[in-house]
Amino acid sequence: MNLDLSPEHDLIRETVREFALERIAPVAEELDREHRFPYELVAELADLGLMGIPIPETYGGGGGDTLSYAIAIEELTRIDSSVAITVAAHTSLGTMPIFLFGTEEQKRRWLPELASGRRLAAFGLTEADAGSDAGATRTRAELHDGSWVIGGSKIFITNAGTDITGCVTITALTGEGEVSNLIVPNGTPGYEISGPMRKLGWRASDTRELSFRECAVPEANLLGRRGEGFRQFLEILDGGRISIAAMGVGLAQGAYDLAYAYAKEREQFGKPISTFQAVQFKLADMATELEAGRALVYKAAWLKDQGRPFAREAAMAKLYTGELSNRAVNWSLQIHGGYGYMDEFAISRLYRDQKILEIGEGTNEVQRMVIAKHLGL
Amino acid sequence: MKIAVCVKQVPDAAAPRRLDPQTKRLDRSGEGVLNAFDVHAVEEALRLKEAAGGGEVLLVTMAPEGAQDTLRKALAMGADRALLISDEAAAGSDLVATSYALAKALEREEPDLVLFGQQASDSDGAVLWAAVADRLRLPTISQVAELSLAEGRVRGKRQTEFGYDVIEAPLPAVVAVSDAINEPRYPSLKGIMSAKSKPQELVSLTALGVEPDRAGDQGSRTEVYALGDPPARGDSQKISDDGSGAEQIVAFLVERRLV
Repeated sequence: MNLDLSPEHDLIRETVREFALERIAPVAEELDREHRFPYELVAELADLGLMGIPIPETYGGGGGDTLSYAIAIEELTRIDSSVAITVAAHTSLGTMPIFLFGTEEQKRRWLPELASGRRLAAFGLTEADAGSDAGATRTRAELHDGSWVIGGSKIFITNAGTDITGCVTITALTGEGEVSNLIVPNGTPGYEISGPMRKLGWRASDTRELSFRECAVPEANLLGRRGEGFRQFLEILDGGRISIAAMGVGLAQGAYDLAYAYAKEREQFGKPISTFQAVQFKLADMATELEAGRALVYKAAWLKDQGRPFAREAAMAKLYTGELSNRAVNWSLQIHGGYGYMDEFAISRLYRDQKILEIGEGTNEVQRMVIAKHLGL
Repeated sequence: MKIAVCVKQVPDAAAPRRLDPQTKRLDRSGEGVLNAFDVHAVEEALRLKEAAGGGEVLLVTMAPEGAQDTLRKALAMGADRALLISDEAAAGSDLVATSYALAKALEREEPDLVLFGQQASDSDGAVLWAAVADRLRLPTISQVAELSLAEGRVRGKRQTEFGYDVIEAPLPAVVAVSDAINEPRYPSLKGIMSAKSKPQELVSLTALGVEPDRAGDQGSRTEVYALGDPPARGDSQKISDDGSGAEQIVAFLVERRLV
């Protein structure tokens, strides 16, 4: 048993940590306040090879493993969730389906631009009436004269509407009870993207509603085989959960860091509040749970990198870190007192950014369903 | 063009530092990082290499074997290889002994240009580059905030208290760069992955021809006699802000004719 990270993993952590502190931290509050998508940061992350970490170099990616990817997402989230989810959704949801299920031609067409971060991609699964019940998709696609003609809508889709978005992969009914995935390039006639949705947190990230009206894409835009859409998106979500779980650890760590620093500096009753047991115990609990959560995320990533089954651990990691991050931002803000409620204190942003980690890419309840299934229940 | 960059592993600045009362040396048992000043020297070497369209950037350091992990960052940034002088006999070397060992390594490598960061963030000596240049009998320019090469000469814009000196020297030369010279790049993921396969050569003092009495404690010419806490600040005055804090500070400064 060896729990040390390799020197490469250490260096990835150090590099992303420095980048996040030096490049993201100074602008995070402003991006959030102005609901502004971080184009400049995405370009810088692309230069560093961080927009396609687990995609092989032959397709323009970073050639890293899942653990490297999880560490990078964790370190980004420690400073800012909007940037982290932009990278995570692009990588796990936008690029990964094409890498995993695409034909060689589809890979050659899309991956070099996506994995290098020159373009972004999105994954359109959720619909107004198909959330946790993702199989209830109503969007339909019919084959007419060599084209898939799509009708329907999607909601809460990350990265779908940026200036550099290349495509979205959507799930659609291609027959009775038959779900398939289709690649829809941005700019396809009949594919309309709403303005940015306004939301509680992740305000600098891009979230859209999509609508398809007689939207025709070539037959060759079918991803993988017809009728495999359901199985494909379940596999995509299994992997995606590791990155969202990494966000949970990163956010909890960020909240802990802020609480720790504030508690040492803030004086009440003539001494730093970090000397009070009430505060110490909260910090001790947070530090303990962080260790547990991080170990769970890294184990899920490690299992995936070993080519072993990881879906159970990924769901556990997502569930545990989602709830952990909730406790962490809550306690951290409590330690900050009234100042923590003010916009100029970073914890207020982290607090707003947290809740979605218990909802997106499978709610806590869905994770419990997945885990229960793995337990044979 | 072969550029050698002398770098140092220092204790992580974020971790609390401790002087060992027994050895009177800095406790280096914690996590080591690349001296931040040296990162600027590495960056400058990479830029010179890129501008020249080729060449080699070589890292030279004297440290325990574990420093290989620290050197990896500079290799990930783009340096081509590393030479690590690692020898138990080197423990306790002061600037005199260290400069001798580094000079021996540089003599072997014969670089066209040797770069240093202006100082190391642990001991803050800021003279090692001068000692190495002196041993190699090479010209040296320090506090360089801008650097260029042309026709076998190096030109450095040197920061001084009153302005800038522009100094030229023939190559080979030793240049200590200031941290204002550039904004170091972050290692890319590709760089990090490829650093693993870049050569890191470990050499002993004997292999470099360093005589036993010129290394470690024996080869050092300085000795730490005592350690002590800095003197307490005697006449400090604490101002609590009851709304007039700013006024009180201004009054304090005016009284001493500081503003």
